[in-house]
Amino acid sequence: MAADFRPPRVSVQTEDFDLQREIEALHGADARIGAVCSFVGTVRDRNDGSAVASMELEHYPGMTERAIEAMIDQAHARFDILGARVVHRVGLLQPLDRIMMVAVVSAHRGESFKACEFLMDYLKTQAPFWKKEETPEGARWVDARVADDAALARWGIEASNA
Amino acid sequence: MKTIRIRYFASVREALGGGETVRTEAGTLADLRDELIARGGAHATALARGKAVRMARDQLMSQEDAELADGAEIAFFPPVTGG
Repeated sequence: MAADFRPPRVSVQTEDFDLQREIEALHGADARIGAVCSFVGTVRDRNDGSAVASMELEHYPGMTERAIEAMIDQAHARFDILGARVVHRVGLLQPLDRIMMVAVVSAHRGESFKACEFLMDYLKTQAPFWKKEETPEGARWVDARVADDAALARWGIEASNA
Repeated sequence: MKTIRIRYFASVREALGGGETVRTEAGTLADLRDELIARGGAHATALARGKAVRMARDQLMSQEDAELADGAEIAFFPPVTGG
């Protein structure tokens, strides 16, 4: 692998992902890295009091990638990290399926933990994805949560999503 | 006159379709939204004032007071729920 090889930072895809492989690609052979922090979101079988049989994820092609790229730039500006990767699935998903992942690498754990949480808080309220759930009462669009706006506000960024 | 490409997503897309191209004199995103509401019917319902409608201008999250330039791509959608 060439020394200047850079794996993509953002992928939006219908296929599943392999967290271990993604982390290995992000880490590469960079011996400055001493910490890897990752988050994986999965589909629950219940939400807001209803059973969830499946979930359909829609996004805004082009804007999604652009928004997440900007978030990763922000994470690099705010935290002492050496790399970050976001993979988000779209299309039809079942309970237990992986929805998305964030992975961050840094020299020490503190910066990775913070950047990982920052990226999640940012993505929840600023990346154009929408979830629709299939429940016994019929299909319904998932409501945005005010708590997610509050989570982003902790980083000094005002969100007015929900 | 400006030519604006409009895109709709999620519940707004279900109500209004994937999008349309319009010719307009609207000065801001708010003006454009009002113009669409004034059509009545599904547009008035889906984009109604007081309804949580978020907007993007040229694929960046945008506020309603943002200016509308000729050739812009404007999107209307409900609050986002990814992650």
